[in-house]
Amino acid sequence: MRQRAQIRILPDQRRLHMQDGPIDLIVEAFGAWDEVQRAYEAAARRFVGVLDELCWELPMLRSPAVPGGLSPKGKIARRMAAAVAPYAGRTFITPMAAVAGAVAEEILDTMTSAARLAKAYVNDGGDIGLQLKPGEQFVIGMVERPERPSLFGTATITSDEPIRGIATSGWRGRSFSLGIADAVTVLAGTASQADAAATIIANAVDLPGNSRIARVPACSLAPDSDLGELLVTHEVGELSTTEVDRALQAGVARAEALAAEGLVHSAALHLRGETRIAGAALGLDAAGLSGKANRSLAHA
Amino acid sequence: MKNRPPDDAIRCDACPVLCYIKPGRTGACDRYGNREGQLVRLDPHVVLDRAVSRGESVVPFLQPAAEWNGSVVGGPQNFITAIGAGTTYPDYKPAPFIISSQVEGVDMVTVVTEGIFSYCGVKVKIDTDRHLGPETNLVRAQGEAVGHVTTSEYGSQMFSLGGVRHLTGGSRREGTVTCETLLDLCNGKSVELDVDEGAKVVVQAGKAPVVDSQREAQMRVGCGSATIGIFARQWFGKVDDVVVVDDHITGVLSEHQAGKLLGIPPTGIRLKGRRSTPGRYFQVAEPGTGWGGTNIQQPLSILREFNPKVAWPGLRLLMVSTTGEHYSYFVLDEGLRPVERELPAELSESVSRIKENCEPALCTVLFMAGAGGSLRAGVTENPVRLTHSVRDALTRVTCGGAPVYVWPGGGITFMVDVSRMPENAFGYVPTPALVAPIEFTLKLADYATLGGYVDQVRSLESLVNDERRRHLSARGDNPWPLGAGARGRGQS
Repeated sequence: MRQRAQIRILPDQRRLHMQDGPIDLIVEAFGAWDEVQRAYEAAARRFVGVLDELCWELPMLRSPAVPGGLSPKGKIARRMAAAVAPYAGRTFITPMAAVAGAVAEEILDTMTSAARLAKAYVNDGGDIGLQLKPGEQFVIGMVERPERPSLFGTATITSDEPIRGIATSGWRGRSFSLGIADAVTVLAGTASQADAAATIIANAVDLPGNSRIARVPACSLAPDSDLGELLVTHEVGELSTTEVDRALQAGVARAEALAAEGLVHSAALHLRGETRIAGAALGLDAAGLSGKANRSLAHA
Repeated sequence: MKNRPPDDAIRCDACPVLCYIKPGRTGACDRYGNREGQLVRLDPHVVLDRAVSRGESVVPFLQPAAEWNGSVVGGPQNFITAIGAGTTYPDYKPAPFIISSQVEGVDMVTVVTEGIFSYCGVKVKIDTDRHLGPETNLVRAQGEAVGHVTTSEYGSQMFSLGGVRHLTGGSRREGTVTCETLLDLCNGKSVELDVDEGAKVVVQAGKAPVVDSQREAQMRVGCGSATIGIFARQWFGKVDDVVVVDDHITGVLSEHQAGKLLGIPPTGIRLKGRRSTPGRYFQVAEPGTGWGGTNIQQPLSILREFNPKVAWPGLRLLMVSTTGEHYSYFVLDEGLRPVERELPAELSESVSRIKENCEPALCTVLFMAGAGGSLRAGVTENPVRLTHSVRDALTRVTCGGAPVYVWPGGGITFMVDVSRMPENAFGYVPTPALVAPIEFTLKLADYATLGGYVDQVRSLESLVNDERRRHLSARGDNPWPLGAGARGRGQS
């Protein structure tokens, strides 16, 4: 059988690019070159089976998490189920909400068990898993909207901070959202935790009943969506400053609650050019951060 | 949530996710989509196959003659465009693809990248004589200002749309709508535009404009007066007077300067409407769908009685519209009343010539953008040398394989006819800014001289045989980007 997955070293000769169906990973490991190579070989070997492994349990992974429910077999599927378990019974969520983060985490684990690396990251379409040896750090660029090629700030993540996962969610992205956030970026303990939390917080950035928000059943857009008949955001019209503020506040409240439970380290919420920070203050480069975000940092 | 495939969704079998995809949407990967019931691969990297013309099957033409042992070195038959190549960020990284190929024994390099252009816009030429709105007035899409009416050209109205101020200088919505409008126009979609204090125009590259719900069919050969000027000599001696009916200026041969110079005597003809200068009349009728863009159905309705002191029985009169679509021939009877007769053969030639000189009315869209310092840095470590190289015509610039005109002066500011580019060549980023393909082709030796990323050069063969790339036939009316004349700046 022809191998479906595409695996290559990017033209910079440093990063590994792996793609299979909807999974698209950019991987970079740091360390001695032979260790990096060993890590990449292990990552590639693991990667070729990932999509089939997930699809085998897809119907279960698409069903809502319930307390004490769902116990999938696959290793990645178990990471997904564990990441959404804290929300089971409280709100609608399926393990699919953590799929990207869980894949990133699994590949990262594979690399760090196979080779001695100073640090490494796996970026699964914006959901990122990190590994840091003591004393190492990553500088993370923050963009206001996905793909937008301008950094509004940078966050430095050091090895002594409990952050190994970053994820972003919003209604404009590849997956559907119940809310209207342009983007919610979450820093958390693991990539799958960050992924699930970003989904939950982005869902909470909302203006229920607002007539300028067009919502349609998820299944009318994608018949096999795990969100089924739930109404997902299809279009957002003009919003007043107060409305933007109200929607963001709803999201900030949810993010703060998750931070109190230890599910989230910090979160940055974006809507219509406005930014709010929730949870622990980020090591944000203040120069790059707009005054608006700083103000809301004070009252958040 | 069980399997209930709605009948308009298709199932994608490109990977085991097996998405059901509704029309106009993509699967979970964003790589495959349902286009009118067909599963299509989206945004693949486009490779132009050199072939005679668009849409033609390339294979037979491309088969190299196996028995040929001659010494003529042909150029490569493939050209990698920048469409779908992506871009690199930050800019100092080499462009995504730097490709080498052999052209007539010389190593050529094509650097392809998709540029993100904030400084960009479109110039739209709308073939119509209708007044679309006062010069400098705003042109709006979805209520947002996206450009303005600029100075008109012969037979055409001109819009200048986009530009950095509408894209990033106004409200977020203004920027988004401007970006959307440019993207649609560049990708050949139709866009509805409203001119302040003017008309509603539907514009689509390569299609006739629709002005206030009326589709323009043909451009006039000129206004009524111009038509008299053009054809006076051809009518001379074959007819006593000619009225060219037009919604702007209606012309009368015997009174017009062109007729006077030929010595055509007065005929006593009298027109309704307001006389501007001799032989030129404004407002002979209201605009409409009748003769010459007026509401005239019966041409005699614009004439008053002939002056009996001047006119004579047997006087021959031709009335014709500025497109030649409508015409009538009259001869005055004893009472100086025009009586319709069959058009003599010697006059029908001039009428068909008017028709022949009318071109189909079209909207044409030129994309104009500047390749800034950062984009150039993806080509070479010393960006200004690329500019110099383009100036010195050592480097050819193409846009999705289509020729561009590089504006003289500083920088690399270029214009390209979007209809000569492959389908859906443009994209956008939410900045908002447009993403357009751009390719720089030059000799490998020259590339090294200007500080190019020679170590990043990949062979054409390594890309052409990659099944993920979309192969298109090159258009016959575009010069081949790697052609022997790969030196000319401008419209080659």
